[in-house]
Amino acid sequence: MRWLSRFLAMMVAVMLAGCGEPDFSDAEKKTIASLALSSLPPPKPDTTNRFADVPAAAALGSTLFFDQGMSRDGTVSCSTCHKIDRQFQDDLPQAVGVGHTNRRTMPLAGVARDPWFFWDGRRDSLWAQALTPLENPLEQAGNRAAYAHYIKARFGERYERIFGPLPDFSDMPSNASPLGNDAEKAVWDAMSGVQRDAINGVFANIGKAIAAFERSIEPAPTRFDRFAMDLVTGAEPKGDAVFSKEEILGLKLFIGKANCVTCHNGPRFTDNGFHNTGVPPVAGLPPDRGRIDAVRQVEADPFNCFGAYRDGDATACGELRFMVKDAPQLIRAYKTPSLRGAATRPPYMHAGQFSSLDEVVAHYAKAAPSVEGTSEIHPLELSDHERAALVAFLKTLSE
Amino acid sequence: MASIWRYLLAGFGLAALLVGILAVVYLTAPRSSHPAGPDVSRTKNTDNGLFVASFLPERGVVRQGQLQSWLLTLKTKSGTPVEGAAITISGGMPLHSHGLPTSPQATDYLGDGRYRIEGVKFTMSGWWQLHFAISANAGSDTVLFNVVL
Ligand code: HEC
Ligand code: HEC
Repeated sequence: MRWLSRFLAMMVAVMLAGCGEPDFSDAEKKTIASLALSSLPPPKPDTTNRFADVPAAAALGSTLFFDQGMSRDGTVSCSTCHKIDRQFQDDLPQAVGVGHTNRRTMPLAGVARDPWFFWDGRRDSLWAQALTPLENPLEQAGNRAAYAHYIKARFGERYERIFGPLPDFSDMPSNASPLGNDAEKAVWDAMSGVQRDAINGVFANIGKAIAAFERSIEPAPTRFDRFAMDLVTGAEPKGDAVFSKEEILGLKLFIGKANCVTCHNGPRFTDNGFHNTGVPPVAGLPPDRGRIDAVRQVEADPFNCFGAYRDGDATACGELRFMVKDAPQLIRAYKTPSLRGAATRPPYMHAGQFSSLDEVVAHYAKAAPSVEGTSEIHPLELSDHERAALVAFLKTLSE
Repeated sequence: MASIWRYLLAGFGLAALLVGILAVVYLTAPRSSHPAGPDVSRTKNTDNGLFVASFLPERGVVRQGQLQSWLLTLKTKSGTPVEGAAITISGGMPLHSHGLPTSPQATDYLGDGRYRIEGVKFTMSGWWQLHFAISANAGSDTVLFNVVL
């Protein structure tokens, strides 16, 4: 009998030696490599915006992004909420512009790679997105006719050098928009088709210039990327590229048992998809059903990829053409946010529901059902130590 | 008497050795994330045997996170291309409670039983299913393809 126990002990020893040294399996290493910033390709050309990579357009877009003149009362710009020194967000649970909005400001690093914009994806291009806050009464609260006049007055020459001659504005009303207040809507309705098209054209170009600028907002390498590089190349990690035991455990959980990587995948830690993760609504805010209500909005947007203001041809419109329009999975589904830099910009989720990463991880572990629709999250058995490890790993994406 | 015990002991020892070997083989085998994974064959008989269907990415490789076109080729059992078929596509990830992130459509007939399926996108790694409902002169049938990324 003794030989048997000796044999088994030997077998155990062999097995332990087999999986002792390298901390990660080949499959894990492959996943880790796929998350590293070095695997992020440059943004694809945007054929729907022929000014997307024109430097003068990006320069004008940058001016407009920071210009408070681009609002009804001259107090709000894109950068009021998307603050350049705060990862282009504002640290608030819900953004505040001319009024108090219902959603959290989204950070902008790498945004040019997204197929859909906003938490619910109700716009399908970066340039069409930029037009929305300009006219939203809670954000910049202006109207497109006023913006066209403003551009001519302030930036006429710069505009014309990029986009060609501005239309004749001599009998163009100074305030008009199909999305404005009743007076502005009435004026818009009374305008001729040619006039409306002229205003829409200038308005679309404002979006295209801003989008050209936003394409330069990119994520920066982090400790995780240095660690991943060393792991993949087999180099000895040095300095801050060395991960603690806790950070390694967190990474293993993230790509393993905790299933985070199913949605937070690729070098930006997002699948660019929409998911119901059971995040509770905020009391007092208007009902918010996420993606399901955004489908009609993007279809109705005259600046969408099928609209008249797109450059290039319709082959660029695949996402809109093959969009899922009606499925229960869209109810309270929100866009998977990138997790790069997340640790240093609480609060979290589409309306700032959670104030710390501890709360976020607790939410995933508990997997409470959604108030409407079905959450895709399943409860996780995580010890306190494992939860802390997940948070420790997320922090490596901000250092 | 003694010899029976010896045989028994030998038998027991052999059995233990076998168990040990099996354990070693099982525990050290490269761990695949899909034990007894789904059938990922690219050519199949449709569920009621009306057609032979094959489903392949048009450019040969599957890329996660990108809109891609695939080709669905439909033939009868005797190898005749199936023309004029109406095809609808659904699917999702059976292990997560969600469907497809896009709604793929048959957009073109390329001849020789080949249909272009556009708008296919796999946003996550894992097990995906694509279900085709096919209706042609020969009748209606369905087929399911598994794609594992
Ligand atoms: C009042 C604050 C505020 C202002 C002003 C503002 N934004 Fe935003 N931004 C937000 C909020 C809040 C969201 C998410 C809104 C939603 O999902 O409904 C957002 C979303 C975005 C997104 C989508 C990001 C993504 O990942 O989908 C982009 C891009 C963006 N804003 C750019 C701009 C630009 C360009 C301007 C100026 C023209 C601007 N924003 C003005 C608050 C603001
Ligand atoms: C089913 C897809 C899915 C899975 C799995 C998933 N997430 Fe998320 N994650 C999302 C979505 C969608 C949101 C935004 C939800 C919202 O705002 O309502 C989000 C938000 C977050 C945020 C907040 C980021 C921000 O800027 O607000 C963090 C942090 C986060 N997830 C971490 C994790 C971790 C850690 C795991 C694993 C335990 C995980 N996620 C698993 C889809 C997922």
